[in-house]
Amino acid sequence: MHRFLDLTLNGVSSGMIYAAVALALVLIWRATRIVNFAQGAMLMFTTFIASWAIDRTGSYVVGFVVALAAGLVIGAIAERVLVRPVEGGPPLNAVIVTLGLLVLLEALAGMIWGNIPRSFPPAFTIRGFDVGGSRLLFSPFDLFTVGAVLVVAVGLGLFFTRTNLGLRLRASAFDPEVSRLLGVRVSRMLTLGWALAAAAGSLAGVLVAPAVELGPTNFDVVLVYGFTAAVLGGLDSPTGAVTGGVVLGLVLSYVSGYESSALVPLASLVLLIAVLMVRPGGLFSHAAARRV
Amino acid sequence: MLPREESGESTLRVVDVAVRFGGLTALSGVSLDVAPGEIVGVIGPNGAGKTTLFNVVCGFVRPDAGEISWRGHSLARVRTHRLAGLGIARTLQGVGLFPGLSVLENVMIGAEPRARARFATTLLGLPRSDRDERALRAAALAALGRLDVAEVASRAPGTLPYPVQKRVALARALVAEPALLLLDEPASGLGSADMKGLAEVIAELKGDMAVMLVEHHMDFVTGVCDRVVVLDFGRVIATGSPAEIQADPRVLEAYLGFETSERAAEREIREPEPGRA
Repeated sequence: MHRFLDLTLNGVSSGMIYAAVALALVLIWRATRIVNFAQGAMLMFTTFIASWAIDRTGSYVVGFVVALAAGLVIGAIAERVLVRPVEGGPPLNAVIVTLGLLVLLEALAGMIWGNIPRSFPPAFTIRGFDVGGSRLLFSPFDLFTVGAVLVVAVGLGLFFTRTNLGLRLRASAFDPEVSRLLGVRVSRMLTLGWALAAAAGSLAGVLVAPAVELGPTNFDVVLVYGFTAAVLGGLDSPTGAVTGGVVLGLVLSYVSGYESSALVPLASLVLLIAVLMVRPGGLFSHAAARRV
Repeated sequence: MLPREESGESTLRVVDVAVRFGGLTALSGVSLDVAPGEIVGVIGPNGAGKTTLFNVVCGFVRPDAGEISWRGHSLARVRTHRLAGLGIARTLQGVGLFPGLSVLENVMIGAEPRARARFATTLLGLPRSDRDERALRAAALAALGRLDVAEVASRAPGTLPYPVQKRVALARALVAEPALLLLDEPASGLGSADMKGLAEVIAELKGDMAVMLVEHHMDFVTGVCDRVVVLDFGRVIATGSPAEIQADPRVLEAYLGFETSERAAEREIREPEPGRA
Protein backbone atom coordinates (compact mmCIF):
# COMPACT_ATOMS: atom_id res chain seq x y z
CA MET A 1 0.00 0.00 0.00
CA HIS A 2 2.85 2.32 0.90
CA ARG A 3 4.46 1.55 -2.42
CA PHE A 4 1.22 2.21 -4.28
CA LEU A 5 0.90 5.57 -2.56
CA ASP A 6 4.49 6.43 -3.43
CA LEU A 7 4.01 5.51 -7.07
CA THR A 8 0.72 7.38 -7.30
CA LEU A 9 2.07 10.61 -5.83
CA ASN A 10 5.20 10.32 -7.93
CA GLY A 11 3.02 9.76 -11.00
CA VAL A 12 0.95 12.86 -10.28
CA SER A 13 4.02 15.02 -9.82
CA SER A 14 5.80 13.91 -13.00
CA GLY A 15 2.42 13.93 -14.77
CA MET A 16 2.05 17.63 -13.97
CA ILE A 17 5.30 18.31 -15.78
CA TYR A 18 4.07 16.42 -18.84
CA ALA A 19 0.85 18.40 -18.46
CA ALA A 20 2.71 21.71 -18.68
CA VAL A 21 4.51 20.60 -21.86
CA ALA A 22 1.22 19.27 -23.27
CA LEU A 23 -0.44 22.59 -22.46
CA ALA A 24 2.27 24.39 -24.43
CA LEU A 25 1.73 22.12 -27.43
CA VAL A 26 -2.06 22.35 -27.23
CA LEU A 27 -2.14 26.15 -27.03
CA ILE A 28 -0.07 26.42 -30.19
CA TRP A 29 -1.96 23.66 -31.98
CA ARG A 30 -5.30 25.31 -31.21
CA ALA A 31 -4.18 28.71 -32.40
CA THR A 32 -2.12 27.83 -35.45
CA ARG A 33 -2.62 24.11 -36.26
CA ILE A 34 1.10 23.63 -35.89
CA VAL A 35 2.79 20.99 -33.73
CA ASN A 36 5.72 22.81 -32.20
CA PHE A 37 8.55 20.29 -32.35
CA ALA A 38 10.89 22.97 -31.03
CA GLN A 39 9.02 23.12 -27.70
CA GLY A 40 11.51 20.78 -25.98
CA ALA A 41 14.44 22.86 -27.20
CA MET A 42 12.71 26.12 -26.27
CA LEU A 43 12.18 24.99 -22.68
CA MET A 44 15.77 23.69 -22.57
CA PHE A 45 17.00 27.12 -23.64
CA THR A 46 14.90 29.01 -21.10
CA THR A 47 16.08 26.64 -18.36
CA PHE A 48 19.69 27.39 -19.27
CA ILE A 49 18.87 31.09 -19.02
CA ALA A 50 17.28 30.43 -15.62
CA SER A 51 20.39 28.53 -14.53
CA TRP A 52 22.53 31.47 -15.58
CA ALA A 53 20.30 33.87 -13.64
CA ILE A 54 20.45 31.67 -10.51
CA ASP A 55 24.27 31.55 -10.76
CA ARG A 56 24.41 35.31 -11.08
CA THR A 57 21.98 36.22 -8.34
CA GLY A 58 21.97 33.15 -6.10
CA SER A 59 18.18 33.39 -6.01
CA TYR A 60 15.96 30.57 -7.21
CA VAL A 61 12.98 32.89 -7.37
CA VAL A 62 14.78 35.20 -9.78
CA GLY A 63 15.75 32.22 -11.95
CA PHE A 64 12.16 30.97 -11.93
CA VAL A 65 10.74 34.33 -13.00
CA VAL A 66 13.48 34.80 -15.60
CA ALA A 67 12.64 31.38 -17.09
CA LEU A 68 8.97 32.27 -17.53
CA ALA A 69 9.80 35.72 -18.94
CA ALA A 70 12.35 34.19 -21.32
CA GLY A 71 9.65 31.74 -22.41
CA LEU A 72 7.30 34.58 -23.27
CA VAL A 73 10.00 36.36 -25.27
CA ILE A 74 11.30 33.30 -27.11
CA GLY A 75 7.75 32.21 -27.96
CA ALA A 76 6.86 35.62 -29.33
CA ILE A 77 10.07 35.89 -31.36
CA ALA A 78 9.68 32.36 -32.74
CA GLU A 79 6.19 33.20 -33.96
CA ARG A 80 6.98 36.62 -35.39
CA VAL A 81 10.23 35.73 -37.11
CA LEU A 82 10.13 32.05 -38.00
CA VAL A 83 6.55 30.78 -37.97
CA ARG A 84 4.71 33.81 -39.43
CA PRO A 85 6.05 33.23 -42.98
CA VAL A 86 4.82 29.62 -43.05
CA GLU A 87 1.46 30.14 -41.33
CA GLY A 88 -1.40 29.14 -43.59
CA GLY A 89 1.01 27.35 -45.91
CA PRO A 90 1.40 23.59 -46.32
CA PRO A 91 1.66 21.91 -42.87
CA LEU A 92 4.98 20.33 -43.76
CA ASN A 93 6.64 23.75 -44.04
CA ALA A 94 5.76 24.53 -40.43
CA VAL A 95 7.00 21.11 -39.32
CA ILE A 96 10.34 21.71 -41.00
CA VAL A 97 10.63 25.21 -39.50
CA THR A 98 9.98 24.01 -35.94
CA LEU A 99 12.38 21.08 -36.43
CA GLY A 100 14.95 23.57 -37.72
CA LEU A 101 14.43 25.72 -34.63
CA LEU A 102 14.94 22.61 -32.47
CA VAL A 103 18.30 21.89 -34.09
CA LEU A 104 19.30 25.56 -33.98
CA LEU A 105 18.52 25.99 -30.28
CA GLU A 106 20.25 22.76 -29.28
CA ALA A 107 23.36 23.76 -31.21
CA LEU A 108 23.31 27.29 -29.78
CA ALA A 109 22.94 25.99 -26.22
CA GLY A 110 25.88 23.65 -26.79
CA MET A 111 28.01 26.54 -28.09
CA ILE A 112 27.11 28.86 -25.24
CA TRP A 113 26.90 26.56 -22.23
CA GLY A 114 28.69 23.38 -23.38
CA ASN A 115 27.39 19.88 -23.95
CA ILE A 116 28.18 18.42 -20.54
CA PRO A 117 24.96 18.19 -18.49
CA ARG A 118 24.99 20.23 -15.31
CA SER A 119 22.82 20.06 -12.23
CA PHE A 120 19.88 22.38 -11.72
CA PRO A 121 18.61 23.14 -8.21
CA PRO A 122 15.10 22.22 -7.09
CA ALA A 123 12.99 24.92 -5.46
CA PHE A 124 12.63 22.88 -2.27
CA THR A 125 14.22 19.75 -0.90
CA ILE A 126 13.62 16.52 -2.79
CA ARG A 127 13.72 14.57 0.50
CA GLY A 128 10.31 13.00 0.88
CA PHE A 129 7.76 13.96 3.52
CA ASP A 130 7.73 11.95 6.74
CA VAL A 131 4.26 10.62 7.41
CA GLY A 132 3.55 8.50 10.47
CA GLY A 133 7.17 7.42 10.90
CA SER A 134 7.72 6.30 7.33
CA ARG A 135 9.15 8.41 4.58
CA LEU A 136 7.30 9.03 1.32
CA LEU A 137 8.98 9.54 -2.03
CA PHE A 138 6.75 12.61 -2.45
CA SER A 139 8.81 15.67 -1.51
CA PRO A 140 8.15 19.36 -0.93
CA PHE A 141 9.55 19.98 -4.41
CA ASP A 142 6.98 17.57 -5.86
CA LEU A 143 4.30 19.51 -4.03
CA PHE A 144 5.71 22.72 -5.50
CA THR A 145 5.67 21.13 -8.96
CA VAL A 146 2.03 20.13 -8.67
CA GLY A 147 1.07 23.52 -7.25
CA ALA A 148 2.99 25.58 -9.83
CA VAL A 149 1.51 23.74 -12.81
CA LEU A 150 -1.97 23.89 -11.32
CA VAL A 151 -1.64 27.64 -10.75
CA VAL A 152 -0.47 28.20 -14.33
CA ALA A 153 -3.14 25.91 -15.80
CA VAL A 154 -5.95 27.48 -13.80
CA GLY A 155 -4.57 30.95 -14.50
CA LEU A 156 -4.53 30.27 -18.23
CA GLY A 157 -8.03 28.82 -17.99
CA LEU A 158 -9.35 31.95 -16.27
CA PHE A 159 -7.49 34.16 -18.71
CA PHE A 160 -9.06 32.40 -21.70
CA THR A 161 -12.58 32.28 -20.31
CA ARG A 162 -12.84 35.43 -18.20
CA THR A 163 -11.03 38.17 -20.09
CA ASN A 164 -11.74 40.00 -23.32
CA LEU A 165 -8.25 39.30 -24.52
CA GLY A 166 -8.73 35.59 -23.83
CA LEU A 167 -12.03 35.67 -25.69
CA ARG A 168 -10.33 37.25 -28.70
CA LEU A 169 -7.53 34.67 -28.53
CA ARG A 170 -10.07 31.86 -28.61
CA ALA A 171 -12.00 33.47 -31.45
CA SER A 172 -8.79 33.86 -33.50
CA ALA A 173 -8.03 30.18 -32.99
CA PHE A 174 -11.49 29.12 -34.15
CA ASP A 175 -11.73 31.32 -37.23
CA PRO A 176 -9.05 33.90 -38.05
CA GLU A 177 -10.90 35.36 -41.03
CA VAL A 178 -14.16 35.99 -39.19
CA SER A 179 -12.17 37.35 -36.24
CA ARG A 180 -10.50 39.91 -38.49
CA LEU A 181 -13.89 41.02 -39.79
CA LEU A 182 -14.95 41.58 -36.20
CA GLY A 183 -11.95 43.79 -35.58
CA VAL A 184 -9.61 41.31 -33.88
CA ARG A 185 -5.89 41.75 -34.62
CA VAL A 186 -5.36 38.08 -35.31
CA SER A 187 -1.62 38.31 -35.97
CA ARG A 188 -1.10 39.86 -32.54
CA MET A 189 -3.22 37.13 -30.96
CA LEU A 190 -1.05 34.45 -32.58
CA THR A 191 2.11 36.05 -31.21
CA LEU A 192 0.55 36.22 -27.76
CA GLY A 193 -0.60 32.59 -28.03
CA TRP A 194 2.91 31.41 -28.83
CA ALA A 195 4.35 33.52 -26.01
CA LEU A 196 1.94 32.07 -23.44
CA ALA A 197 2.53 28.53 -24.69
CA ALA A 198 6.30 28.91 -24.50
CA ALA A 199 5.99 30.30 -20.97
CA ALA A 200 4.00 27.22 -19.90
CA GLY A 201 6.72 25.10 -21.51
CA SER A 202 9.50 26.95 -19.73
CA LEU A 203 7.75 26.21 -16.42
CA ALA A 204 8.00 22.50 -17.24
CA GLY A 205 11.71 22.96 -18.01
CA VAL A 206 12.50 24.45 -14.62
CA LEU A 207 10.48 21.76 -12.85
CA VAL A 208 11.93 18.76 -14.66
CA ALA A 209 15.56 19.98 -14.81
CA PRO A 210 16.57 18.74 -11.31
CA ALA A 211 15.59 15.20 -12.33
CA VAL A 212 17.02 15.00 -15.87
CA GLU A 213 19.90 17.47 -15.42
CA LEU A 214 20.48 20.41 -17.70
CA GLY A 215 22.01 19.71 -21.12
CA PRO A 216 21.20 20.65 -24.72
CA THR A 217 19.48 17.34 -25.52
CA ASN A 218 18.34 16.25 -22.06
CA PHE A 219 14.80 17.51 -22.57
CA ASP A 220 14.05 15.69 -25.82
CA VAL A 221 12.28 12.91 -23.94
CA VAL A 222 10.15 15.47 -22.09
CA LEU A 223 8.76 16.64 -25.43
CA VAL A 224 7.89 13.05 -26.36
CA TYR A 225 5.95 12.54 -23.11
CA GLY A 226 4.36 15.96 -23.41
CA PHE A 227 3.23 15.14 -26.93
CA THR A 228 1.79 11.82 -25.76
CA ALA A 229 -0.10 13.62 -23.00
CA ALA A 230 -1.41 16.20 -25.46
CA VAL A 231 -2.68 13.51 -27.84
CA LEU A 232 -4.25 11.60 -24.93
CA GLY A 233 -6.18 14.73 -24.09
CA GLY A 234 -7.13 15.40 -27.67
CA LEU A 235 -4.68 18.13 -28.81
CA ASP A 236 -7.51 20.66 -28.88
CA SER A 237 -8.39 20.75 -25.20
CA PRO A 238 -6.29 22.47 -22.49
CA THR A 239 -8.24 20.56 -19.83
CA GLY A 240 -7.50 17.39 -21.77
CA ALA A 241 -3.79 18.27 -21.85
CA VAL A 242 -3.60 18.50 -18.07
CA THR A 243 -5.64 15.33 -17.57
CA GLY A 244 -3.62 13.54 -20.25
CA GLY A 245 -0.42 14.56 -18.47
CA VAL A 246 -1.57 13.17 -15.13
CA VAL A 247 -2.88 9.93 -16.69
CA LEU A 248 0.41 9.43 -18.50
CA GLY A 249 2.40 10.24 -15.34
CA LEU A 250 0.44 7.66 -13.33
CA VAL A 251 0.70 4.91 -15.96
CA LEU A 252 4.43 5.43 -16.42
CA SER A 253 4.99 5.54 -12.67
CA TYR A 254 3.15 2.24 -12.10
CA VAL A 255 4.95 0.58 -15.02
CA SER A 256 8.29 1.77 -13.73
CA GLY A 257 7.56 0.78 -10.12
CA TYR A 258 5.85 -2.58 -10.60
CA GLU A 259 7.62 -3.77 -13.74
CA SER A 260 10.76 -2.07 -14.90
CA SER A 261 11.87 1.46 -15.68
CA ALA A 262 13.21 0.10 -18.97
CA LEU A 263 9.60 -0.39 -20.08
CA VAL A 264 8.61 3.26 -19.55
CA PRO A 265 9.15 4.56 -23.12
CA LEU A 266 7.43 1.45 -24.47
CA ALA A 267 4.46 1.91 -22.13
CA SER A 268 4.13 5.51 -23.28
CA LEU A 269 3.89 4.39 -26.91
CA VAL A 270 1.47 1.56 -26.10
CA LEU A 271 -0.80 4.02 -24.29
CA LEU A 272 -0.60 6.44 -27.21
CA ILE A 273 -1.51 3.77 -29.75
CA ALA A 274 -4.31 2.39 -27.57
CA VAL A 275 -5.94 5.82 -27.22
CA LEU A 276 -5.56 6.56 -30.93
CA MET A 277 -7.26 3.24 -31.75
CA VAL A 278 -10.14 3.61 -29.29
CA ARG A 279 -10.67 7.37 -29.33
CA PRO A 280 -8.72 8.88 -32.24
CA GLY A 281 -9.72 12.39 -31.21
CA GLY A 282 -8.28 11.91 -27.73
CA LEU A 283 -10.02 11.35 -24.40
CA PHE A 284 -11.55 14.82 -24.45
CA SER A 285 -12.64 15.02 -28.06
CA HIS A 286 -16.00 16.52 -28.74
CA ALA A 287 -18.63 14.61 -30.64
CA ALA A 288 -19.07 17.49 -33.08
CA ALA A 289 -16.79 17.58 -36.06
CA ARG A 290 -14.57 20.60 -36.32
CA ARG A 291 -13.30 22.06 -39.55
CA VAL A 292 -9.51 22.02 -39.55
CA MET B 1 -25.77 70.69 -35.46
CA LEU B 2 -23.10 70.93 -38.11
CA PRO B 3 -23.37 68.45 -40.93
CA ARG B 4 -20.74 65.76 -40.67
CA GLU B 5 -18.13 65.40 -43.34
CA GLU B 6 -19.70 62.38 -44.94
CA SER B 7 -23.33 63.40 -44.71
CA GLY B 8 -25.12 63.73 -48.00
CA GLU B 9 -22.26 62.06 -49.79
CA SER B 10 -21.99 58.40 -50.56
CA THR B 11 -20.33 56.44 -47.80
CA LEU B 12 -18.97 53.54 -49.82
CA ARG B 13 -17.70 54.28 -53.30
CA VAL B 14 -16.42 51.59 -55.66
CA VAL B 15 -14.85 52.92 -58.87
CA ASP B 16 -13.80 50.80 -61.86
CA VAL B 17 -12.72 47.83 -59.80
CA ALA B 18 -11.21 44.85 -61.59
CA VAL B 19 -10.19 41.52 -60.09
CA ARG B 20 -8.57 38.67 -61.97
CA PHE B 21 -7.81 35.22 -60.61
CA GLY B 22 -5.20 33.93 -63.02
CA GLY B 23 -6.92 34.00 -66.40
CA LEU B 24 -10.40 34.35 -64.93
CA THR B 25 -11.85 37.84 -64.74
CA ALA B 26 -14.00 37.95 -61.62
CA LEU B 27 -14.79 41.66 -61.75
CA SER B 28 -14.15 44.23 -64.40
CA GLY B 29 -14.98 47.93 -64.44
CA VAL B 30 -17.38 47.64 -61.51
CA SER B 31 -18.53 50.94 -60.05
CA LEU B 32 -21.19 51.58 -57.47
CA ASP B 33 -22.04 53.92 -54.61
CA VAL B 34 -23.84 53.30 -51.40
CA ALA B 35 -25.40 56.36 -49.76
CA PRO B 36 -25.82 56.68 -45.99
CA GLY B 37 -28.95 54.90 -44.81
CA GLU B 38 -29.53 53.31 -48.21
CA ILE B 39 -30.24 49.61 -48.74
CA VAL B 40 -28.57 48.33 -51.89
CA GLY B 41 -29.05 44.83 -53.24
CA VAL B 42 -26.50 43.13 -55.49
CA ILE B 43 -27.91 40.33 -57.61
CA GLY B 44 -26.65 38.17 -60.42
CA PRO B 45 -26.25 34.52 -61.35
CA ASN B 46 -23.74 32.26 -59.62
CA GLY B 47 -20.20 33.23 -60.51
CA ALA B 48 -21.21 36.79 -61.42
CA GLY B 49 -18.72 38.16 -58.89
CA LYS B 50 -21.06 39.15 -56.06
CA THR B 51 -19.04 37.60 -53.26
CA THR B 52 -15.78 38.73 -54.87
CA LEU B 53 -17.13 42.28 -54.74
CA PHE B 54 -17.76 41.87 -51.00
CA ASN B 55 -14.32 40.36 -50.53
CA VAL B 56 -12.75 43.35 -52.25
CA VAL B 57 -14.64 45.80 -50.05
CA CYS B 58 -13.58 44.06 -46.85
CA GLY B 59 -9.97 43.58 -47.90
CA PHE B 60 -9.89 39.79 -48.33
CA VAL B 61 -9.12 40.30 -52.01
CA ARG B 62 -6.95 43.12 -53.37
CA PRO B 63 -8.31 44.57 -56.61
CA ASP B 64 -6.03 44.55 -59.66
CA ALA B 65 -7.41 47.93 -60.71
CA GLY B 66 -9.82 50.54 -59.45
CA GLU B 67 -10.45 52.31 -56.19
CA ILE B 68 -12.57 51.67 -53.14
CA SER B 69 -13.15 54.48 -50.73
CA TRP B 70 -15.04 54.85 -47.50
CA ARG B 71 -16.11 58.33 -46.39
CA GLY B 72 -13.63 59.80 -48.83
CA HIS B 73 -10.65 57.71 -47.68
CA SER B 74 -9.18 54.94 -49.76
CA LEU B 75 -9.57 51.44 -48.37
CA ALA B 76 -6.74 50.10 -50.52
CA ARG B 77 -4.22 49.87 -47.69
CA VAL B 78 -6.62 49.27 -44.84
CA ARG B 79 -6.18 45.88 -43.18
CA THR B 80 -9.32 43.83 -42.59
CA HIS B 81 -9.24 44.01 -38.79
CA ARG B 82 -9.52 47.81 -38.92
CA LEU B 83 -12.80 47.84 -40.87
CA ALA B 84 -14.93 47.17 -37.79
CA GLY B 85 -13.41 50.23 -36.14
CA LEU B 86 -14.18 52.28 -39.25
CA GLY B 87 -17.84 51.27 -39.04
CA ILE B 88 -18.01 48.49 -41.61
CA ALA B 89 -19.47 45.13 -40.57
CA ARG B 90 -20.01 42.04 -42.67
CA THR B 91 -21.78 38.73 -42.35
CA LEU B 92 -20.63 35.69 -44.27
CA GLN B 93 -22.40 33.16 -46.45
CA GLY B 94 -23.61 30.53 -44.02
CA VAL B 95 -23.24 31.76 -40.47
CA GLY B 96 -19.52 31.91 -39.58
CA LEU B 97 -20.13 31.68 -35.84
CA PHE B 98 -17.29 30.48 -33.60
CA PRO B 99 -18.22 26.90 -32.72
CA GLY B 100 -16.45 26.75 -29.36
CA LEU B 101 -17.83 30.01 -27.98
CA SER B 102 -21.29 30.59 -26.56
CA VAL B 103 -23.77 32.72 -28.47
CA LEU B 104 -23.19 35.58 -26.04
CA GLU B 105 -19.39 35.34 -26.39
CA ASN B 106 -19.74 35.31 -30.17
CA VAL B 107 -21.67 38.57 -30.04
CA MET B 108 -19.37 40.09 -27.39
CA ILE B 109 -16.44 39.80 -29.81
CA GLY B 110 -18.46 41.81 -32.31
CA ALA B 111 -19.11 44.43 -29.64
CA GLU B 112 -15.43 44.95 -28.93
CA PRO B 113 -14.52 47.55 -31.60
CA ARG B 114 -17.19 49.86 -30.27
CA ALA B 115 -16.14 49.24 -26.68
CA ARG B 116 -12.51 49.84 -27.56
CA ALA B 117 -13.34 53.37 -28.61
CA ARG B 118 -14.81 53.97 -25.16
CA PHE B 119 -12.56 52.20 -22.68
CA ALA B 120 -8.82 52.65 -22.40
CA THR B 121 -8.26 49.29 -20.72
CA THR B 122 -9.38 47.26 -23.72
CA LEU B 123 -7.29 49.49 -25.94
CA LEU B 124 -4.23 48.48 -23.94
CA GLY B 125 -5.32 44.87 -24.10
CA LEU B 126 -5.57 44.60 -20.34
CA PRO B 127 -7.99 42.16 -18.78
CA ARG B 128 -11.38 43.73 -18.80
CA SER B 129 -12.63 45.55 -15.77
CA ASP B 130 -16.04 44.72 -14.37
CA ARG B 131 -17.44 47.84 -15.95
CA ASP B 132 -16.08 46.99 -19.41
CA GLU B 133 -17.35 43.47 -19.10
CA ARG B 134 -20.81 44.59 -18.02
CA ALA B 135 -20.98 47.08 -20.89
CA LEU B 136 -19.94 44.47 -23.47
CA ARG B 137 -22.34 41.91 -22.06
CA ALA B 138 -25.20 44.40 -22.02
CA ALA B 139 -24.51 45.50 -25.59
CA ALA B 140 -24.35 41.88 -26.76
CA LEU B 141 -27.59 40.97 -24.98
CA ALA B 142 -29.33 44.04 -26.38
CA ALA B 143 -28.30 43.07 -29.92
CA LEU B 144 -29.55 39.53 -29.37
CA GLY B 145 -32.78 40.93 -27.94
CA ARG B 146 -33.25 43.17 -30.95
CA LEU B 147 -33.33 40.02 -33.08
CA ASP B 148 -35.50 38.10 -30.59
CA VAL B 149 -32.83 35.53 -29.78
CA ALA B 150 -31.70 36.71 -26.34
CA GLU B 151 -32.97 33.50 -24.72
CA VAL B 152 -30.27 31.40 -26.45
CA ALA B 153 -27.40 33.59 -25.18
CA SER B 154 -25.71 30.83 -23.18
CA ARG B 155 -26.11 28.08 -25.78
CA ALA B 156 -23.46 26.77 -28.16
CA PRO B 157 -24.18 27.95 -31.73
CA GLY B 158 -24.00 24.42 -33.14
CA THR B 159 -26.98 23.32 -31.03
CA LEU B 160 -29.33 25.93 -32.54
CA PRO B 161 -31.57 25.70 -35.61
CA TYR B 162 -30.06 27.27 -38.71
CA PRO B 163 -32.39 30.30 -38.88
CA VAL B 164 -31.57 31.12 -35.25
CA GLN B 165 -27.85 30.87 -36.01
CA LYS B 166 -28.35 33.31 -38.88
CA ARG B 167 -30.01 35.74 -36.50
CA VAL B 168 -27.14 35.42 -34.05
CA ALA B 169 -24.67 36.13 -36.86
CA LEU B 170 -26.67 39.22 -37.78
CA ALA B 171 -26.76 40.32 -34.14
CA ARG B 172 -22.98 39.98 -34.01
CA ALA B 173 -22.64 42.31 -36.99
CA LEU B 174 -25.20 44.80 -35.63
CA VAL B 175 -23.74 45.02 -32.14
CA ALA B 176 -20.82 47.05 -33.50
CA GLU B 177 -23.36 49.70 -34.62
CA PRO B 178 -21.81 49.87 -38.09
CA ALA B 179 -22.41 52.66 -40.58
CA LEU B 180 -22.27 50.11 -43.39
CA LEU B 181 -23.51 46.55 -43.06
CA LEU B 182 -22.53 44.03 -45.73
CA LEU B 183 -24.82 41.00 -45.81
CA ASP B 184 -23.68 38.02 -47.86
CA GLU B 185 -26.77 35.95 -48.71
CA PRO B 186 -28.66 36.76 -45.51
CA ALA B 187 -31.76 34.81 -46.60
CA SER B 188 -30.02 31.65 -47.83
CA GLY B 189 -31.38 28.54 -46.16
CA LEU B 190 -34.31 30.38 -44.60
CA GLY B 191 -37.97 29.43 -44.97
CA SER B 192 -40.52 32.02 -46.07
CA ALA B 193 -41.56 32.92 -42.50
CA ASP B 194 -37.95 33.47 -41.40
CA MET B 195 -37.28 35.43 -44.58
CA LYS B 196 -40.20 37.71 -43.84
CA GLY B 197 -38.88 38.31 -40.33
CA LEU B 198 -35.43 39.09 -41.73
CA ALA B 199 -36.89 41.57 -44.21
CA GLU B 200 -38.61 43.35 -41.32
CA VAL B 201 -35.36 43.51 -39.36
CA ILE B 202 -33.47 44.96 -42.34
CA ALA B 203 -36.26 47.44 -43.06
CA GLU B 204 -35.92 48.67 -39.46
CA LEU B 205 -32.21 49.31 -40.00
CA LYS B 206 -33.00 51.74 -42.79
CA GLY B 207 -31.80 55.21 -41.87
CA ASP B 208 -29.57 53.91 -39.05
CA MET B 209 -27.01 52.46 -41.39
CA ALA B 210 -26.33 51.72 -45.03
CA VAL B 211 -26.84 48.11 -46.03
CA MET B 212 -25.40 46.32 -49.04
CA LEU B 213 -26.63 42.78 -49.52
CA VAL B 214 -26.03 39.96 -51.94
CA GLU B 215 -29.00 37.70 -52.45
CA HIS B 216 -30.59 35.18 -54.79
CA HIS B 217 -34.17 35.51 -53.61
CA MET B 218 -35.66 38.09 -55.92
CA ASP B 219 -38.78 38.71 -53.83
CA PHE B 220 -36.62 39.38 -50.83
CA VAL B 221 -34.37 41.82 -52.70
CA THR B 222 -37.18 43.76 -54.36
CA GLY B 223 -39.10 43.89 -51.09
CA VAL B 224 -36.32 45.28 -48.95
CA CYS B 225 -33.89 47.22 -51.18
CA ASP B 226 -34.00 50.85 -52.29
CA ARG B 227 -31.73 50.16 -55.22
CA VAL B 228 -30.57 47.03 -57.04
CA VAL B 229 -27.29 46.47 -58.88
CA VAL B 230 -27.17 43.57 -61.33
CA LEU B 231 -23.85 41.85 -61.96
CA ASP B 232 -23.10 39.41 -64.72
CA PHE B 233 -19.72 37.97 -65.66
CA GLY B 234 -18.07 40.51 -63.40
CA ARG B 235 -19.74 43.55 -64.93
CA VAL B 236 -22.55 45.80 -63.78
CA ILE B 237 -25.24 45.35 -66.44
CA ALA B 238 -28.05 47.28 -64.79
CA THR B 239 -28.74 49.43 -61.79
CA GLY B 240 -31.92 51.06 -60.59
CA SER B 241 -34.95 50.78 -58.36
CA PRO B 242 -36.42 47.29 -57.84
CA ALA B 243 -39.29 48.21 -60.18
CA GLU B 244 -36.90 49.33 -62.93
CA ILE B 245 -34.81 46.20 -62.56
CA GLN B 246 -37.87 43.97 -62.65
CA ALA B 247 -39.00 45.69 -65.83
CA ASP B 248 -35.62 45.43 -67.56
CA PRO B 249 -36.05 42.66 -70.15
CA ARG B 250 -32.36 41.70 -70.21
CA VAL B 251 -32.34 41.27 -66.47
CA LEU B 252 -35.57 39.32 -66.50
CA GLU B 253 -34.42 37.11 -69.26
CA ALA B 254 -30.95 36.25 -68.17
CA TYR B 255 -30.76 36.62 -64.41
CA LEU B 256 -34.05 36.23 -62.71
CA GLY B 257 -35.10 32.93 -64.21
CA PHE B 258 -38.06 34.48 -66.04
CA GLU B 259 -37.89 33.86 -69.72
CA THR B 260 -39.40 35.82 -72.53
CA SER B 261 -41.67 33.71 -74.64
CA GLU B 262 -39.22 33.69 -77.57
CA ARG B 263 -36.42 32.34 -75.42
CA ALA B 264 -38.65 29.73 -73.88
CA ALA B 265 -39.79 28.54 -77.29
CA GLU B 266 -36.21 28.48 -78.53
CA ARG B 267 -35.12 26.35 -75.61
CA GLU B 268 -37.93 23.90 -76.08
CA ILE B 269 -36.80 23.21 -79.61
CA ARG B 270 -33.13 22.86 -78.71
CA GLU B 271 -33.39 20.95 -75.49
CA PRO B 272 -35.82 18.09 -75.44
CA GLU B 273 -36.95 17.14 -71.96
CA PRO B 274 -34.66 14.65 -70.30
CA GLY B 275 -36.00 11.11 -70.47
CA ARG B 276 -37.74 11.63 -73.79
CA ALA B 277 -34.64 11.04 -75.87
